[in-house]
Amino acid sequence: MIKKHWYKITAVLLILYTLVWGLLNRVPRLDILNETIRNVYYHVPIWFAMLFMMTVSMIHSIQSLSKNSVKHDTKAYNAAVVGFFFSIPGLTTGSFWAKYTWGTWWTFQDPKLNGVAISILIYLAYFILRASIDDELKKARIAAVYNIFAYVMMNVFIMILPRLTDSLHPGNGGNPAFSKYDLNDAMRFVFYPAVIGWVLMSYWLFQIKNRISELNELYHE
Amino acid sequence: MIQSLIKKEFLLEFRQKSTIGGVLVYVIGTIFVSALCFKGRLDKPTWNALFWVISLFTSVTISGKSFLKETGGQALFNYLHYSARDFIVAKIAYNMVFMLFLSLMTFFFYGFFIKDEVENLALFLLILLLASSGLAGILSLMSAIASKANGNFAIMSILSFPVLMPLILVVIRLSKQAVDGIEWAGVSYDLLAVLAALNVLTLALSFLLFPYLWRD
Repeated sequence: MIKKHWYKITAVLLILYTLVWGLLNRVPRLDILNETIRNVYYHVPIWFAMLFMMTVSMIHSIQSLSKNSVKHDTKAYNAAVVGFFFSIPGLTTGSFWAKYTWGTWWTFQDPKLNGVAISILIYLAYFILRASIDDELKKARIAAVYNIFAYVMMNVFIMILPRLTDSLHPGNGGNPAFSKYDLNDAMRFVFYPAVIGWVLMSYWLFQIKNRISELNELYHE
Repeated sequence: MIQSLIKKEFLLEFRQKSTIGGVLVYVIGTIFVSALCFKGRLDKPTWNALFWVISLFTSVTISGKSFLKETGGQALFNYLHYSARDFIVAKIAYNMVFMLFLSLMTFFFYGFFIKDEVENLALFLLILLLASSGLAGILSLMSAIASKANGNFAIMSILSFPVLMPLILVVIRLSKQAVDGIEWAGVSYDLLAVLAALNVLTLALSFLLFPYLWRD
């Protein structure tokens, strides 16, 4: 039993630890950021979890094409749904952080924010495309093609473009990255566990979604 | 094989002169409406943005049909006679020429009816070339997907606009430099490289992925 559930237990423990210790530990005193720097423990790992899920989705799409299987396509869809779900807390935490540091909930000046908005549109388009095709095998192939293409375009948008243009985010457009000046050891001890915790959590949600769709399939047969 | 496919596309296009005529009327109509709305009160950034918005909408509308005629018996014939890779390469090549023609036309009429703000013309034409080949690559694949998904127009624009955004944003930023007349030394070659890389990336992805859309 523990073999099957170890990652769920780890996820819960790690997230609990980061939720509590993230609020209690000592953080560097920085201008403008002040206490909001603790958001690093929540905002960033949630985006990592989303990117992880989108990658899982893309890999399943590739497998769905190469093995011509509907099962992998369902998994790709489930992963995309979970990733999409993670974009909501990712946006909310980011929006609050922006309000208290940049003074606004949302700004079009930042290529990362634009990238996220576009990624959300891309995955909505993916869901709509899937919904508009009835035949299972055809749906699996066409949705997989779009998913792979969309994943590449999304990465161009959120990985490459922000590095070329001015961004308010750290590590982009001349702003120093976190690791350079403030992610000190104390913060590392919360940040890395938080990343692992949220990634495992997303994987857990993914497994639950998979089981639901398997049961649905059984039920409809 | 590829040459004959490209030739076929051109023949089909010229046989139905209504398509080219329709495209020209569409472009001129859009530009004329914008000209009447703005009445020449356009500063450079707006001029630039409006130009690319018009190009974007025209190319999505026009290339939406690129695979729509390949349905039913025609699709079966293509499937039996041509290889998927030849077919998509021919389609993209044809669309590239067509898009380039389209954007040159747009540029001409836009300059004629509204005004010509471009100061570094060579750079602008280079951007026009790269942008239209990128648009052709992305839109050919999207049109193939849309034609399989019951081929309605709404699906085409829903699928295309988000994936076109990286290309369009890079293009708008670059063409702003051409409009402002920045010298060649000051042009941001990073963005130009990204634009070229996007072209290569799209072509490679279409080449790899299209065979899976091909069989029904």
